[in-house]
Amino acid sequence: MFLKKLILSVATGCLLSSVAFATDCGPSGQSIRILASDFPAIHAVAGTAEKNCSSSASEFTRNHTTEARQIMNAALTPNPAEYTSVIVANSTLTQLMNDDLVRPLNDLVQKYGSNLPDNLMITVDGNVMAVAFMANSQHLFSRKDILEKAGIKSIPSTYNQVIDAADAIRKAGIMKYPIVMNMKTGWNVGESFNLIFVAHGGEFFKPGTAEPSVNTAEGIAALKMLKALSEYAHPDHLTQASNETQAIWEAGDAALGIMWGTRGSVILDNEGSSEQVTSNTILSSAPTVKPGGIPGATLWWDGFTISKNVPDSEAEATFAALISALNADMVAANNDDAIWLLEGFKPGAAAEGVSATAAGGAPPYPMLPQIGLLHNALGTELVDFLKGDESAEKALADVEAAYVTAAKEKGFLQ
Amino acid sequence: MILFIALPIISAFVQSLFIQHEQVLIVSQNCGPFGCSEVTSIDFEKTIKLRQDAPLGKYNGINTYLNRSHLAFAEVGNAWSASETLVDFFNEVFNLPLYGALAFTLTYTAVVTPLVLILGFSIAIGVNGLPNIMKGPSIFVSLLPFLVTPLVGSLILFWMVDGDGIIGATIKLIFNDPDLSLKASTALTWTMLIVYGIWHTLPFSFIVFYAGLQTVPFETLEAALIDGATKWQRTIYVVIPHLVPLISFVTLMLLMDNFRVFEPIVSFSAEAHARSLSWIIYNDLRESGNPLYGSAGATSILTIIGIAFLLLPVLIRTWKDFKLKGH
Repeated sequence: MFLKKLILSVATGCLLSSVAFATDCGPSGQSIRILASDFPAIHAVAGTAEKNCSSSASEFTRNHTTEARQIMNAALTPNPAEYTSVIVANSTLTQLMNDDLVRPLNDLVQKYGSNLPDNLMITVDGNVMAVAFMANSQHLFSRKDILEKAGIKSIPSTYNQVIDAADAIRKAGIMKYPIVMNMKTGWNVGESFNLIFVAHGGEFFKPGTAEPSVNTAEGIAALKMLKALSEYAHPDHLTQASNETQAIWEAGDAALGIMWGTRGSVILDNEGSSEQVTSNTILSSAPTVKPGGIPGATLWWDGFTISKNVPDSEAEATFAALISALNADMVAANNDDAIWLLEGFKPGAAAEGVSATAAGGAPPYPMLPQIGLLHNALGTELVDFLKGDESAEKALADVEAAYVTAAKEKGFLQ
Repeated sequence: MILFIALPIISAFVQSLFIQHEQVLIVSQNCGPFGCSEVTSIDFEKTIKLRQDAPLGKYNGINTYLNRSHLAFAEVGNAWSASETLVDFFNEVFNLPLYGALAFTLTYTAVVTPLVLILGFSIAIGVNGLPNIMKGPSIFVSLLPFLVTPLVGSLILFWMVDGDGIIGATIKLIFNDPDLSLKASTALTWTMLIVYGIWHTLPFSFIVFYAGLQTVPFETLEAALIDGATKWQRTIYVVIPHLVPLISFVTLMLLMDNFRVFEPIVSFSAEAHARSLSWIIYNDLRESGNPLYGSAGATSILTIIGIAFLLLPVLIRTWKDFKLKGH
């Protein structure tokens, strides 16, 4: 529903605009240098940009690395910057903006991007800081056949239903550990907490400040829910991230999963798994706390930025090249690589989960300058509770204490 | 020495005395594919002025060393007054990041170092006693673990101890417990890391001792033999005293190596159960997206002090030996 609405708005946008579709690569003879993460959808966008515009550029380089987040601030700080564009997500854009390394794109959007809908423009105080092209979130994966065997008729939609279903599967002797979640100590376990925390209506910070507010009734309820779910996950869950959970799912060793939408197409394709698993895997909205509540998910977008510390002509050429990739042909050629926010996307079964989660009103991952510090504190301090070494209250108090220490060092708190 | 050792240490120390300037936060309207919301962001114009005036940051003295992430004197004091039993107190203290990491780092060092010394020496004696034709191949085989990059070696072992891996599955079978997991319990994770540590550093001590054994004077051994000393007595009274300087050297290297244990924790994904001082530095610098340089600097300096303490006895001993020889 959400996607259909998006696509409709794109289509009307195109009808209204009179911009021709011939590739416009902006000023020629410029150097275009892109830093990006390393997964198929990003390759599709940057690769199409290269195909379209490398002939008119003096230089076109792409650095795809999973380390992009680690090197981007250092690479963009000098003038001229090492890269003219970095492809980012919610959290990584904040990291660049914290050091003022990306430029507002309003005039470039007017010149080259008028055929794109407004809601792809990531706007901070009226300044377009990035152009989004794909969406992602974690949501529920279910094995229809196993649920039926355990006597569960419908796909669970609340956390309690997920736990009840897991219990029924265990009691029926089908699987001892039917749940998989990305719970690896660090970023992943922190994010798993975030999902349930937002579903409980929690706010990470006291409004308008950098004071943490996770040690609250919502936080405690969320953490206890996370623990209740993890009771049905394999004992090794604190070492499992996306690659491991996907492998468990594809091996048919799990029946209920909370995993990333981008893994959907990889799981549903005919590689790495059996017919029985792929034909019975159902992707649906992330669970809610109460029926009809907010889904337990944070929405993510991926989009591109343009460096501040590069000549205007290079910035313009880079922007034009990347915009030229955001079209229906690119989407058609790479339809299943991502949940595209672009014209021409045909949402298949693999996009159902993200689409339903977004339609249910899940909030975007907060774009706050200090969120990385809190996320890191959650990732390191919550495991003591999940291992059973301390109470939920104590674990959340530790999170706040660790965050406050880090936030003081970074100048967010005094 | 000055360029490669003194300057980096001084730089880390200076960095650890500073924290970042106050970030001027403003509330702004933020829009994207999923709607608009009010969020706080950094007012860069105001913040950059502060940064340009004092690029190192705000002087914080030794407060970074005293905060919760490091020595945490205030928290330890509170724990002391709040806890009723000693067990409670230690639980509280080891819950603090630095002390928790110190507990694992010291345990690891204290177990791995002597075991590697003793086992390395025993293997050296064993290989030395082999017929000549067998020596070459056995030395090569014994050195193999040392040739594997720590990160790769521990990853391979990590997959082997997985529930479906060859070691993990065998252990399950032996104990007849299908839920047994080496990765899910703190005690087993520590054991796994320690066993890995021994496996990986053993060849170093073995090869040094083996080289040392070749220098044991044959005449002395022969004299001991004529005096009727058994093989055991010859080892204790002739070989070991001859190798004492080497033992000091190997101990020194092992202590330094083990105190900075890091790679196995990352490749075993053991962060939930075991964290070391080096892991804390890594986490400060990488995981939060914006590096905590001051905090990482402070932990580095504390690590150096920790190593210095550990090495003190060995260094004193080496110095004494040196003085003895000088006279």
